[in-house]
Amino acid sequence: MAILIDETTKVLVQGMSGRIGQFHAQEMIEAGTKVVAGVTPGKGGTTVLNRPQFDTVREAVEATGATASLLFVPPPAAADAMMEAADAGIRTAVCVTDGIPAQDMMRVKRFLRRYPRDRKMRLIGPNCAGVISPGKGFMGIMPPHIYMPGRVGIVGRSGTLGYEAASQMSALGIGVSTSVGIGGDPINGSSFRDILELFEADPGTDAVMMIGEIGGPQEAEAAAFVRDHMTKPVVAYVAGLSAPKGRQMGHAGAIISAFGESAQEKVELLSAAGITVAPNPSAMGATMADVLGRKAAA
Amino acid sequence: MDIHEYQAKEILAGFGVPVPKGGVAWSPEQAAFRAREVGGRAVVKAQIHSGGRGEAGGVKVCKTEAEAQDFAATLFGRQLATKQTGPQGKSVYRVWVEEATDIARELYLGFVLDRKSERIMIVASAHGGMEIEDLAEEDPESLRRMVIDPAAGLLEFQARELAFQLGLKGKQIGQMVTVLRACYRAYRDLDAMMVEINPLVITGAGDLVALDAKMSFDTNALFRRPQIAALRDPGQQDPREAMAADNGLAYVGLDGDIGCIINGAGLAMATMDMIKLAGGEPANFLDIGGGASPERVCTAFRNVLSDPKVGVILVNIFAGINRCDWIANGVVQAYREVGLTLPVVVRLAGTNVEAGREILRSSGLPIIAADTLAEAAEAAVAARPHPIAAE
Repeated sequence: MAILIDETTKVLVQGMSGRIGQFHAQEMIEAGTKVVAGVTPGKGGTTVLNRPQFDTVREAVEATGATASLLFVPPPAAADAMMEAADAGIRTAVCVTDGIPAQDMMRVKRFLRRYPRDRKMRLIGPNCAGVISPGKGFMGIMPPHIYMPGRVGIVGRSGTLGYEAASQMSALGIGVSTSVGIGGDPINGSSFRDILELFEADPGTDAVMMIGEIGGPQEAEAAAFVRDHMTKPVVAYVAGLSAPKGRQMGHAGAIISAFGESAQEKVELLSAAGITVAPNPSAMGATMADVLGRKAAA
Repeated sequence: MDIHEYQAKEILAGFGVPVPKGGVAWSPEQAAFRAREVGGRAVVKAQIHSGGRGEAGGVKVCKTEAEAQDFAATLFGRQLATKQTGPQGKSVYRVWVEEATDIARELYLGFVLDRKSERIMIVASAHGGMEIEDLAEEDPESLRRMVIDPAAGLLEFQARELAFQLGLKGKQIGQMVTVLRACYRAYRDLDAMMVEINPLVITGAGDLVALDAKMSFDTNALFRRPQIAALRDPGQQDPREAMAADNGLAYVGLDGDIGCIINGAGLAMATMDMIKLAGGEPANFLDIGGGASPERVCTAFRNVLSDPKVGVILVNIFAGINRCDWIANGVVQAYREVGLTLPVVVRLAGTNVEAGREILRSSGLPIIAADTLAEAAEAAVAARPHPIAAE
């Protein structure tokens, strides 16, 4: 088992005909992902990588039965593409695009609320590396070969720091059920809490590695969820201990602007909720190994 | 992206916010002329991207044109250091001259992006004039917050409720509704990230006036706001950061001596944390981004080296869409083109890692290779030519 994507998930790629879309679609297909079609307005009727291309998401969904979509759409058009996917009945959309205006994301989040819970699209990202269930399939830009199949879930804001965690775990023989990048923007589709909830319900996941960073209220919200609702162990790391207040550290969301948003304050909140916090970013894998060892011994 | 006070006042006035009459001046003579325009008695305000200018001596009420000219002459070319700028300060090369306002009361009004509700939030207080952080500490009870539904916008009754909560009366209620709705429209229509009027004053005659104004904009939206993008003032930025912005690199200047070139914001922060734990201090945050070509690596080296404090460079790349061989070629190219003499620690992982390591090995250059994040940080700290004494 895994969350969000497995070997049966039918995936669309919005923006597949572009250079970047085509490159990553190729990688996804090689890794076993069931990429069924692409969508680029004006390219309907053509084929890319032997997959049919459609003008609209609705046509692509009707013709292929796709339930997931990966978006490689430039920032000015990305919000519109997300809302198009939601309206066409896509259940899981992953948006990799970096640089989307904050107010566009505000509009997207408001728009998604139009749909009843059973029809509401789950959005991952934007500005994220994507989602991978090793050995089953992936939607995103990560290098699939660094992930070993296994039973630990990863959820993090940063793509490359997620790679770091996966490779540290892999060096210790710990594999991954699904790894989810939720993205570095101030307003994102799914929060840590949303993904933790999925991992808690997934029989294929035994423990979760959560990689937070400075800025925003989502780690605090996740801490409360873990304390009140999670039975599986969670290991965390929060990047940005050395970050000064009021300076944006690359990610639009990584800025300490309120109380409780510094790395130190987040570490305290997470620890208080019973989460084991890795003392430094080099110890993410070892801390997870330790927690799994204690769980097995118990 | 920040803009100057006078620019924010001009923008907000265009949406209907009452501001004091005034004009910008680029020389002491022009400041005198501006003072004459508003009737002689005038407030001269240094224009830098920072609050706390009054306390720092950058604002003065001048009784005559001559006094305005003399005070302005002391400001031009000066590095004005406020609580927010740090000791190095920011240079003043324009001033704003406006009519003096008779102040009866000061309020605080701010519009920000609230990440919890994922909406625009108004923060207001009947207790204005001090920085919001101090206000939150000293008088948190006075803060009123209101979140705005983007589908409906700020409604009149909501604005009216807020006006009553702030203790406004009579004609001030209608004026406050105008101010609130104008700020909201400016925020929404121009892709702002912050609008702050502090203080929003009630004059002796009982009218509302924006005595100061601050606006900050979403850099991701500048592609569709060319009139806002044109207001960027690189002179107010750290020169290292202005250079990085021109090169399209995410860079934040810090105070240490270990220059960092890393891919991904999270990994960059984690590497800086690791440096700190190893006993060092990072000179900068730098995210080189995805798909970095050898030329881009070279540009990143130039940017990091523009900081004279840098004594060692740490390159940490976990390649997904990047390629380790390209990064390695970039490092080698930087050695040749930039004439690098400082020690360089390189940690490569991910796509094409073996090819990348081989390029570094066979280059014959004195590159310190590291396999893990911890090794890289420790090697960089050890390689510093002039280690700072431990604190």
